[in-house]
Amino acid sequence: MFRAFRTVLMRDITLAMRRRTDVFTTLFFFIIVISLFPLGVGAEQQTLRFIAPGVAWIAALLASMLALERLFASDYADGTLEQMMLTPQPLAVLVLGKVAAHWLLTGLPLVLIAPLVGLQYYLPPDATRTLVLSLLVGTPVLSLIGAIGAALTLGLRGGGILISLLILPLYIPVLVYGAGAVMASGDELGNVQAYFLLLSAFLILALIFSPWATAAALRISVE
Amino acid sequence: MKQGAHANQGVHVKLNLFRFASPAAFYPLAGRLIPWFWALALPSIAFALYWGFFHTPEILSEQKQYYRIIFPHVGAAWMSMWLYVVMVGWAAVGLVFNTRLSFMMASATAPTGALFTFLALWTGAFWGKTSWGTWWDWDPRMTSELILLFLYIGYMALQSAIDDTRRADRAAALLAIVGLICVPIIFWSINCPDPTQCAALHQRSSLEHVERNILVAMFVMAFGFWMYSFAVILMRLRNIILARERHASWVMQLPEVGR
Repeated sequence: MFRAFRTVLMRDITLAMRRRTDVFTTLFFFIIVISLFPLGVGAEQQTLRFIAPGVAWIAALLASMLALERLFASDYADGTLEQMMLTPQPLAVLVLGKVAAHWLLTGLPLVLIAPLVGLQYYLPPDATRTLVLSLLVGTPVLSLIGAIGAALTLGLRGGGILISLLILPLYIPVLVYGAGAVMASGDELGNVQAYFLLLSAFLILALIFSPWATAAALRISVE
Repeated sequence: MKQGAHANQGVHVKLNLFRFASPAAFYPLAGRLIPWFWALALPSIAFALYWGFFHTPEILSEQKQYYRIIFPHVGAAWMSMWLYVVMVGWAAVGLVFNTRLSFMMASATAPTGALFTFLALWTGAFWGKTSWGTWWDWDPRMTSELILLFLYIGYMALQSAIDDTRRADRAAALLAIVGLICVPIIFWSINCPDPTQCAALHQRSSLEHVERNILVAMFVMAFGFWMYSFAVILMRLRNIILARERHASWVMQLPEVGR
């Protein structure tokens, strides 16, 4: 079972490495959205520092959501997905492999680029560190929940915009506590532990339930 | 011999249980029930409005008559949440037993639920404008109700985006179940953005502190809304049945379909 997981993971990463643009599109989308906000609301240091957590997290939400459409689409188009569903290995494990690869290619780059947001928005080092850590714990949850939406909208016209309608409301808890952690780290008395405990709880819950729900959704969509 | 009879009886009971799971059997039953639900809904709503407007005490000062919007507001908010649970319940039944009628029931429930959610938000905005001086505030309950509206819209959008009825039903059902699992977490995260403390603009409400006449009007109104939901959901269900079964022979023979 672990071998199946690793095979799917390595396969997806190899495929993505052959076409690196997909990875960079998501990353640059994130950077562009982040860079546009100061132009829209004005480059005042206090304002930027104040809105940074929310802006960074919403940009991460949108970036990871835009990438979701590609999660199953190409495998669905060339029939690989159907072959995967016929294998004796549980579909949920294969799904988990695909989602893990997807996160490594779209979520992890956002985490690594997050210090740039700290620089652009004049965040103190503490808050920047919290931002990176909260993204590290939070973005896998986004990929896992988003996978359900991607599986449900497989092969539909305008699937991309539909995913956002279905999945964005479900992202709210991650957004609230992810941005909340960064905001709390700016306070004097800021205690970010509670936020990280909650984010980790979401991650564990999503790890357990989401691959299973995604597999059920794929069965509905492909049958 | 005896065992055979027993087995037959078992089958018989089971058939009875699932008899109305067939659209052909449920269609006429729904038609017979609808007038009854209307007969319960309209007088209750009318009575609740009358009682609420003329027989409840001035609990606040003379100017604060605006509190009377509570009668449609609370009932609509209750129904909006309850109908989501009903919808998910039918969707789950459909996924488990693979019964077409359950999916139809779920999709007939969604628009009414969304309507009540919108009504609760709208009456809430009127109330907010007169009492807090603002149409909208990011109060936890209001935000939760708004998110609930988004969940209803997501369900309806997914269902109408898929052409294949079977896939549309099952995909939307799965989405509704995932939504219901997420709802408590979402509501809690909105209620307590800071994990160490929770804040709410709405007063902490307890039914014990409400004056009896107000309570009567509120409950009768909620009952009326509930019966109204039954009536319109069954009417919408009959339309869905007709649309989906239009090629079945029993539909062709219906007097109202006649050609």
